[in-house]
Amino acid sequence: MIIQHNIIQDVTMASFDELKIKIRTFLSKYIHSNGFTDDEHLFQKGYINSLMAIELVLFVESEFSLKVENEDLDLNNFKSVNAIAQLVDRKTSRQG
Amino acid sequence: MDVFFNEDARRDRKAFRDFVQREILPAADRHDREQEISRDLIARIARQGYLGATVPKDFGGMGMDLLAFGLLSEELGRGCAAVRSLITVQTMVTQAIERWGTEEQKTRWLPQLASGEKIAAFALTEPEYGSDAGGIQTHIGSVNGKLVITGVKKWITFGQIADLFLLMGRHQDKLCAVLVERSSPGITVKPIKDILGVRGSMLAEIQFDQCAVAGTCLLGSSGFGLTTVAFTALDIGRYSIACGCVGLAQASLEAAVDYTKTRKQFNAYLREYQLIQEKIADMVTDIRAARLLCFRAGYCKKTKNPNAFRDMMIAKYYASNMAIRVAAKAVEILGANGCSREFPVERYYRDAKINETIEGTNQMLQTMISRYGFNDYAED
Repeated sequence: MIIQHNIIQDVTMASFDELKIKIRTFLSKYIHSNGFTDDEHLFQKGYINSLMAIELVLFVESEFSLKVENEDLDLNNFKSVNAIAQLVDRKTSRQG
Repeated sequence: MDVFFNEDARRDRKAFRDFVQREILPAADRHDREQEISRDLIARIARQGYLGATVPKDFGGMGMDLLAFGLLSEELGRGCAAVRSLITVQTMVTQAIERWGTEEQKTRWLPQLASGEKIAAFALTEPEYGSDAGGIQTHIGSVNGKLVITGVKKWITFGQIADLFLLMGRHQDKLCAVLVERSSPGITVKPIKDILGVRGSMLAEIQFDQCAVAGTCLLGSSGFGLTTVAFTALDIGRYSIACGCVGLAQASLEAAVDYTKTRKQFNAYLREYQLIQEKIADMVTDIRAARLLCFRAGYCKKTKNPNAFRDMMIAKYYASNMAIRVAAKAVEILGANGCSREFPVERYYRDAKINETIEGTNQMLQTMISRYGFNDYAED
């Protein structure tokens, strides 16, 4: 049982990392600095403005085949790579 | 065109064109002179289903995709800029409700708007805040579970007859959108007349004086910046205007070509002169370039490409400037007749100038497009 649990956890971790890679790849179009971390506040750092934010929402919807709802439109859900990945993870697990 | 459109789309375009030829073109000059669109014509447009063009069929609309809606906007723009603006604004509001509305809001409003039973207006601009939309001052307070609105909106397209306003205001210091029925208390509508062009668009200044509506009228959340509701509405609005500009330019070109076939100077038809040929060549090329930008924007939106938002802006920026260039050339080709009300090209020129300003002035769009440019083409 313990072995099975670890396998599931590994798979989940891998999926979460893949999410983050996709998000970082998209964000790298806007952020011309390789130094941004997964926890860095994208808005406070000035990496993303309100115009880019609209495209970020469209990206999340099209890339991960989900619909961003009113309640998801909280800055905390889009403030960092980790926050976006957690939002996608939450919504896609709910769909699954 | 074949890259983007199938046989169905070509059939749609023919249907749109036939309706415009039959119902819209004969009334366009009257809309300009009388500064209104008759209720009778609005009812006929509604019967075609065009007021609910993109509304899903489940809510009584036509369920058109964005490319078909672009074709409709182009054909309406060819016939009458004011009628095109009616469809533009109605679609801005229906898209915002469809995207961000609660089930109750969708069920209540979309069927009424799709059928044309209700006309909608988009109330963002204020006397002191246009391009600086983030600074709008209309106050939305909360009193006993109701939203209480106080402020003035100006230059509101079809504000004179709208039954429902999608209003942007400041609620708890955040920008928010509210659906406000015209029958709500404290609303005063003042018509705005004698503007330069698109004179049938029935503009109004609207005063909201302690106007109380139910708390459930709030649409969407505050989101990022100028509310996602406003961005959704402006996005489709810009697209419809861009396509409408292609239609307006097409009408200018067709009027100019007709004239060059019949008008003789120095014993030769105008079309035989190379300076006229140069103008026609530039008009044809400019229209085609704008149309392709519109197709690209519509295709990006239809396929949910994240770049759709910027492509809408680029299409609107280019197409509205293009329409002015093309209409100006048509006026020049017609000479004194081009400045006369006996020919439609002077109206096309006036109407084209308005498109430069609405749903984001072209100067604001240039600022935003340049941000993409500085970002996309920067070296790492």
